[in-house]
Amino acid sequence: MSAMGGAVLASLPVQSGAQGAGNAPRAVGRAEGAGTTAVGTRSRHASPAGRAPVGVRTGSSLTPLQDLTGTITPADLHFERHHSGVPELDPARHTLLVHGLVERPLMFTVADLRRFPQVSRIHFLECSGNGRGAWRAPNAEMTPQRVDGMTSNSEWTGVALSTLLREAGARDEARWILAEGGDAALFARSIPIEKARGDAMVAWAQNGEPLRPEQGFPLRLFLPGYEGSANVKWLRRLELGTEPWMTRDETSKYTDPLKDGTARQFSLDMDAKSIITSPAHPSRLPGPGWFPVTGLAWSGRGRIARVDVSTDDGATWREAHLQDPVLPRAHTRFQLMWRWTGGAARLLSRATDETGYVQPTRRQLVEARGPATDYHLNCIRGWRVESDGSVYFHWET
Amino acid sequence: MPTRAPRARWLTLAALVCVAAAAGCRMEEQPAPIVPPRAEAGLPERFELGRVATADQIAALDHDVNGSGVGLPPGAGDATRGAIVYREQCAVCHGARGEGLSPNPPLVGREPREGFPFADDLTLVRTVGNYWPYATTLFDYVRRTMPLTAPGSLSNEELYSVTAFLLAANEILPAGSVLDASSLSAVRMPARERFVSDDRRGGPVVR
Repeated sequence: MSAMGGAVLASLPVQSGAQGAGNAPRAVGRAEGAGTTAVGTRSRHASPAGRAPVGVRTGSSLTPLQDLTGTITPADLHFERHHSGVPELDPARHTLLVHGLVERPLMFTVADLRRFPQVSRIHFLECSGNGRGAWRAPNAEMTPQRVDGMTSNSEWTGVALSTLLREAGARDEARWILAEGGDAALFARSIPIEKARGDAMVAWAQNGEPLRPEQGFPLRLFLPGYEGSANVKWLRRLELGTEPWMTRDETSKYTDPLKDGTARQFSLDMDAKSIITSPAHPSRLPGPGWFPVTGLAWSGRGRIARVDVSTDDGATWREAHLQDPVLPRAHTRFQLMWRWTGGAARLLSRATDETGYVQPTRRQLVEARGPATDYHLNCIRGWRVESDGSVYFHWET
Repeated sequence: MPTRAPRARWLTLAALVCVAAAAGCRMEEQPAPIVPPRAEAGLPERFELGRVATADQIAALDHDVNGSGVGLPPGAGDATRGAIVYREQCAVCHGARGEGLSPNPPLVGREPREGFPFADDLTLVRTVGNYWPYATTLFDYVRRTMPLTAPGSLSNEELYSVTAFLLAANEILPAGSVLDASSLSAVRMPARERFVSDDRRGGPVVR
């Protein structure tokens, strides 16, 4: 029930409230409302379905993209990916060690970090395995959440990593940084120094409040446009070195087999991608008429330049409207108004980023990498609208 | 990177960007540094925050091992002892022979013997023996993450032993092999040369 409530809220005009302020007052509905609260809650009429699945310690939960509008993901609906559960860390005791090829190895408290110049940036975060289920085992009853729910978008606040490197006196010979989390898995990834000196940050806040535990409270690395797992959560240590560490999660995992018999390593940038979030399964068009075809587009390499939408399975395309602000390495909301005449339709979206990269079809991606490749599965997908208004996942592109 | 120095990779990328810029293409811009504090009037190079970490503080946290074996601790272990460690600590999740118990991955297996067709065949399972490019990764990962319910509980001898056992089970080392920092660093994995740097650069080509 709540799933449908959320979907309706996101995709269709609300019919209630037609009696405007100028109409005659009616006794019913005018009882005094509820009082103020310390922390607000969602309307009981508009609760999203929530993330799913729940209770997974080594695995993921997915953002219900079909229940959301705009571009910002509510912090409590940001997708999760954990490698040994969510630790409970005390911010008064948690520290970040910066050491290795530095003049001064430094230990920072969370309070120390908050005294540096602060930066806030809006960026998406996407797991590089996002879309794997729809790639390997697609089925018509997949929702946007199931297809692509491992991407979310937030305003992140923290200190520029370059500031911390200057504070510790990073040596010129440093080429890579090991980032290590304080979870039970001590999850660890190697980060190129260019990214660390560029737009990387150590973040402590998300959408204006402290990070959620699931997002790394009290500290996480944030690397705009990089695959999710490189953005190490519960960050406790940064070590500067001359070569990557070849941790399990940059060798055995998070590498992309290619059809020439190699595997791509340190494939950190997320390529341009898009997904229509409405109309989408399980919603149903109530009858012929105008509908916004709307969704999200994003690229790890910069801004989205355009999104094209097809309602005839790619035979013809029309450029969708991009909703401001169009930010680099951030979810961008697109929309195309569509008059459904009642017949069968195939809805597709195709993102182009500012480098000129065009989101490929499934066939193009298979051709470039092979059918059993893994990670960075960013091909065009869409929705099949039946003449009765029902909507199903459509993946043959 | 296993096959190319990171510095060379960066210079290659920089050269590509320059060539593309000269040709009028709009290639990916490198992320601009955020908040250059020194550029702001009156701000210092350093803010004198944080405390200098002592050698003990660093040693308490710094337990990583890199692909060259830097960070491997003293001690040694053998595959025979490792079979016992595996049976007691690992088999409950990964199976008696390392075959994996879903959702826990298999650890042992060399198929296919020829080629590296992981992008073509969805039925292939990636294991230590057929996919992992560095043996040191096995030691590092087991030490940092395993066993799942008590990570960090194995001694250095147990870590070397179970690493030796898994490499022997994958037919990379002879049965009964002994491993220490030096011999583990020298192990060459079958898939080592298969790993290549990321050649995606944005622009019109799908890679």
